[in-house]
Amino acid sequence: MDLTVDIGHLKLKNPVMTASGTFGYGEEYAEFVDLNMLGAIVVKGITLKPLEGNPPPRICETPCGMLNAIGLQNVGLKRFLKEKLPYLRAFDSKIIVNVMGNTLQEYVKLAGALDEAGVDGIELNVSCPNVKKGGIMFGTDKKALANLTAKVRQAVRQSILITKLSPTVPDIPKFAVIAEENGSDAITLINTIPGMAIDTRTWQPKLANITGGLSGPAIRPVAVRMVWEASRAVKIPVIGVGGIMNVDDALEFMLAGATAVQVGTGNFLRPTATVEIINGLWTYLDKKGISNVKDIIGGVNGESIHSNLNN
Amino acid sequence: MNRYFKAEITKNLPLNSKNNLLTLFPLEPVIDPEPGQFYMIEVSDSYNPLLKRPFCCLRKTPDNMQFLFTVRGKGTALMKEFRKGQVIHLIGPLGSGYPEARKGCTPVVIAGGTGIASLFSFIERTPDSSRVIYGAKTKDELLMLDELRKAGIRLTVCTDDCSFGEEGMVDQIFMNFLRSNESIRTSCVLYACGPRPMLRAVAAIARDNNIKGYASLEENMACGFGACLGCAVNTVKGYKRVCKEGPVFPIQEIVW
Ligand SMILES: Cc1cc2nc3c(=O)[nH]c(=O)nc-3n(C[C@H](O)[C@H](O)[C@H](O)COP(=O)(O)OP(=O)(O)OC[C@H]3O[C@@H](n4cnc5c(N)ncnc54)[C@H](O)[C@@H]3O)c2cc1C
Ligand SMILES: Cc1cc2nc3c(=O)[nH]c(=O)nc-3n(C[C@H](O)[C@H](O)[C@H](O)COP(=O)(O)O)c2cc1C
Ligand code: FES
Repeated sequence: MDLTVDIGHLKLKNPVMTASGTFGYGEEYAEFVDLNMLGAIVVKGITLKPLEGNPPPRICETPCGMLNAIGLQNVGLKRFLKEKLPYLRAFDSKIIVNVMGNTLQEYVKLAGALDEAGVDGIELNVSCPNVKKGGIMFGTDKKALANLTAKVRQAVRQSILITKLSPTVPDIPKFAVIAEENGSDAITLINTIPGMAIDTRTWQPKLANITGGLSGPAIRPVAVRMVWEASRAVKIPVIGVGGIMNVDDALEFMLAGATAVQVGTGNFLRPTATVEIINGLWTYLDKKGISNVKDIIGGVNGESIHSNLNN
Repeated sequence: MNRYFKAEITKNLPLNSKNNLLTLFPLEPVIDPEPGQFYMIEVSDSYNPLLKRPFCCLRKTPDNMQFLFTVRGKGTALMKEFRKGQVIHLIGPLGSGYPEARKGCTPVVIAGGTGIASLFSFIERTPDSSRVIYGAKTKDELLMLDELRKAGIRLTVCTDDCSFGEEGMVDQIFMNFLRSNESIRTSCVLYACGPRPMLRAVAAIARDNNIKGYASLEENMACGFGACLGCAVNTVKGYKRVCKEGPVFPIQEIVW
């Protein structure tokens, strides 16, 4: 059986990655999962300078989901390269670095430095709802996104380039096409959806930042729909993320058209979630008599059901 | 030794209308906790509530582990319904617990409400000279009193409604204690756990009297093992993770 998938020129040993911001820099999970087993490790978003993040409370629970407003707390490019990357490099797993800039120049600088450092992939975060400047500005303006992707593409030679799109735009396929036309090797969908929760006893927002990003099973149907729409609009692979808790959820994304998946909030509930999903894929393929996981991708037969109904 | 493991519920004993004593039998080899460390407990596998909840281990024997919990919201209400034989997932022990007191220092332990759960195993291990001040809202909410009396420490209990023990809040009792024991100020080290306002008051007294010590904090948690950065607390050295660098912090490091 073949579990490998291709993202650009990268061959992943299986389609299961971690979602940025939910897996730290890998260290915290090393005692729960064999990091060598993962298709790819996507690390916490990196900015040029270290960021201290938002004041607490930064997270709260909502029905079947959670809101977070971490505010991209991270060690910054320099310390990432010096302290975190060497640790990750020791594992036989692809390393993808999520990056966020305030300006186009910052994105270009970050991507260039990481490419030079030899990371396998760079994931452009143009969809973070929790920082004041940059980020989502690029993810919600077509011209800005086109320009950003094109400029970063020029700075990146050997790493693959992934654009993580914002779910807040009404026309995901258009943004997906822009990312593709300007040199992205893949698209990740979706980042968290902006949300808010209020404590009715105190009348206070539950997050100090007032609003935050919603993740977890609550957003899965939205994410599956966007992956389905985007994957039909572009030829490059779509990486599906949003509420994946188990192998069944991962399969749902692949059937919708995702070439690979990322597990985010699911890691918090079960730190072994990624490996359970990989094992679950083996079992599923075996049971179904499918020899290649690629045969599942985009397999949803929505149209045929639809036409059957019409006949 | 597994930090992510399954355990079977062997007993879930109501102590009063709000508090239960939960006993679990780990189904896998587990790591022994240090006093002050905690566990993430799965309250439901239905994704609603989604996240595990943090609880300190009250005590651990070779065969089982005990937790003392207060019903606060949805998750703890579900825990109250835990039945014998039910199997749940846990992650732990997690975080950094209470450092041992240096030789020659007298531990002064201050527990408010369910804060006693965090400090109980520490108290059991401290020398007899230790002072323990333990307060709750009402007599009914003072827990583990018999066990504490057996621990051989010097115990003062108090209730907010004066229904038992001394009258008043633990921080007032602590203040009175310092007034009547001038000499102890230079040789005592503080260990505190309880509601945030209580800790803030205790920290202020400690600062004014130049007393060092530790406080165990609470913050909303998603993962519990350092990955999500959701449990940040502001310290004089910047944001730190309650689940990793804490929950126990040097009391003067916290920006209250
Ligand atoms: C390290 C650590 C150790 C803990 N140990 C114990 C223990 O041994 N025994 C025990 O009874 N409790 C302990 N707690 C607190 C316990 O985790 C919470 O009471 C529990 O998570 C509440 O879950 P819930 O679903 O019932 O409440 P929710 O429905 O999540 O919340 C109900 C209400 O309680 C408030 N709340 C929730 N969590 C907290 C919190 N951590 N601090 C203050 N207010 C909160 C919410 O804001 C809300 O208003 C500990 C917390 C931490 C961080
Ligand atoms: C605590 C937390 C931190 C996150 N940090 C980042 C980040 O730094 N960069 C990013 O692109 N996405 C970040 N995300 C979004 C996730 O990568 C993912 O897109 C989203 O959570 C949806 O997936 P999930 O439902 O599986 O969690 C974060 C999510 C959470 C919950
Ligand atoms: S709870 Fe996730 S880092 Fe502390």
